[in-house]
Amino acid sequence: MAVKDAGRNLGVKVEYLTRVEGHGNIVVEVKDGALAACRFDVVESPRFFEALLRGRSIFEAQHITSRICGICACAHSLTSIQAAEAALGVIPSAQTIALRRLLLDLEFIDSHVLHIYLLALPDLVGAKSFLPLVGSHEKVVRRALRLKKTVNQLSDVLVGRHVHPISAIIGGFTKIPSHHELERLHESLAALRPDMEATVALVASLTFPDFERPTEYVALTADDETYPLLSGDIGSTDGVRLTKQEYRRATNERVVPHSSAKHTHLSRDSYTVGALARFNLNHDKLLPRGKEAARVLGLRAPSHNPFLNTMAQTVEAVHCLEEAIGLVGGLLEHGVDGSEALVVGVNESNRIPVRAGEGVGAIEAPRGILFHRYRIDPSGIITDADCVIPTNQNLASIERDMRAFVPGILHKSDAEITLGLEMLVRSYDPCISCSTHLVRL
Amino acid sequence: MKRPKTAFFDLSCCEGCQLQVVNSGELLLEIVDLVDIVEFREAISEKWDGDLDVAFVEGSVTDEHAAERLKNIRARAKTLVALGSCATIGGVNGMKNAFDPIEVGRIVYGEDRRLFPTTATRALHQVVPVDYTIHGCPIYIPEFLTALKCILAGIPYTVPDQAVCAECKCNENVCLFDRGVTCLGPVTRAGCNSWCVNNGNICYGCRGLVSNPNEKGMLQVLTAHGVSLEHVVKKMEMYNRCREEGSDRGR
Repeated sequence: MAVKDAGRNLGVKVEYLTRVEGHGNIVVEVKDGALAACRFDVVESPRFFEALLRGRSIFEAQHITSRICGICACAHSLTSIQAAEAALGVIPSAQTIALRRLLLDLEFIDSHVLHIYLLALPDLVGAKSFLPLVGSHEKVVRRALRLKKTVNQLSDVLVGRHVHPISAIIGGFTKIPSHHELERLHESLAALRPDMEATVALVASLTFPDFERPTEYVALTADDETYPLLSGDIGSTDGVRLTKQEYRRATNERVVPHSSAKHTHLSRDSYTVGALARFNLNHDKLLPRGKEAARVLGLRAPSHNPFLNTMAQTVEAVHCLEEAIGLVGGLLEHGVDGSEALVVGVNESNRIPVRAGEGVGAIEAPRGILFHRYRIDPSGIITDADCVIPTNQNLASIERDMRAFVPGILHKSDAEITLGLEMLVRSYDPCISCSTHLVRL
Repeated sequence: MKRPKTAFFDLSCCEGCQLQVVNSGELLLEIVDLVDIVEFREAISEKWDGDLDVAFVEGSVTDEHAAERLKNIRARAKTLVALGSCATIGGVNGMKNAFDPIEVGRIVYGEDRRLFPTTATRALHQVVPVDYTIHGCPIYIPEFLTALKCILAGIPYTVPDQAVCAECKCNENVCLFDRGVTCLGPVTRAGCNSWCVNNGNICYGCRGLVSNPNEKGMLQVLTAHGVSLEHVVKKMEMYNRCREEGSDRGR
């Protein structure tokens, strides 16, 4: 690839990129103005969850797979439960679905706040890291920590803790929040609104790099009016629509030598998942305050600027807070049935009928669409498992973005180019320990 | 008091234990007042290759590269803290050791498995000496703070060596065996305040086994409830596969 800055030589190697989850290296080489190498190497060590699941009870799957990722543990747990319930033929109650949507909303707020403030913000205000900002931006630092803490306390009420939820299981929950707990939850959520408004104002004040690379965007899609996070088909901005059972036709995974996480493609040579993909596909289903946040931020669909993923996360955080307030309000209005609390263990007492089968779960995790598929034998033992992770699905786009981005910034200093590349990769909010060694051939 | 140079590192893990620290809210700022955090890749960009007073290491050793990295950290750190079950007992990563390593690679990567060599999972103390142990999947922040105070004061932190049942009884939970399911509380080390049982689920044994489990008592409970030993052993292997007999006595 020829570029304008003929004669320019550059070697960027960022080992163990910081402020992302997991281990990845950025490698860019420019020789005589031409791009010789441009890679995002995933060097996370192997974890082999899909192999580990073989021979375990389906009733342990959500416990084990939540350990894939500390940040999106609830999304993994919920996807696992959805796949297991599909295999077993378990149909969750309306109350269970409401509580699961609430849990996912809380995880979106928590994860997006983490990325916006701790991982992305420092680059955008010219700081090395978040915590040292306590000197110059004390209010901002305290607001972020407060938001995270409150959302985590709310998750505690629902499932015991946010990192590796305890109570979400096949069939429902091992505990159901009381009316009194829900009232407190409702108050705490409503009290987060000013901090969320301040977050929108903060993000609106930032300047994001001006860069576009049109690609295909993939997210859950549905025919009802709800912004689809917990259920739906697989949809894309290139007009693809597939059922979740057909997910392998959407992901087309392949092994590449420089990455222990596999790459994927659909209609083009890469596609993108995550907040920006969801926004591009489903922005018209955002709740009014979410739409208002997008207007304040100036974010319009379709957006092809990967740096604006952080903006789309801000919009979603607002939307999820409003949805959570509405869900808790609904539970309070209709009353909660505490008798739905279940103790299942590994189904020693045969509370849940078991059959041989196969099931797929597809849920929007904060970083994009997440798939789990299990096959079980007649006694509920897992014989085969497959998990396809959002970050894997973004790796091909990340590398193609890097390739398109570098020529336009070659006139800058080495340090500026390196920072630009780090920011680009960080904007995807990659979750690398999630992405490695999870996809089965 | 000079703030000790402190770093957080991660080997093979989900980074959830570091996240527990980040999630502690404004408490994090108080911790930062006490220690000088020089490296914490998940949260800050700064890196440090010099000597360390305290190194927190999350995750297990699952390949030779990680073993070398851990030895390098050990050589630089006055105090090494194993953070979370993957580091203290191998945790869920240890389940891999029940399989043939070539087969595990083949299941996930097919014939491309050679690109990604792996070894049996090891806990940190199976590779280098460890000074402090903070169990849990994830770590329990009140225990982390207790251990942190001990580390800063230079005194040992002793992990409770009684069963989770002791804490569970104080929390007045109904015994899960009486509710028809199998719980690992009777043989698992306390210190988590029976976190999972308080929230309606069973104990999965994430903190490792007590050093002197009441095997007779456990067998009586299993017999009374018609649970096979094989069933319980399978459950214990979820977190405790890396354990050698006597290897973690007193930890």
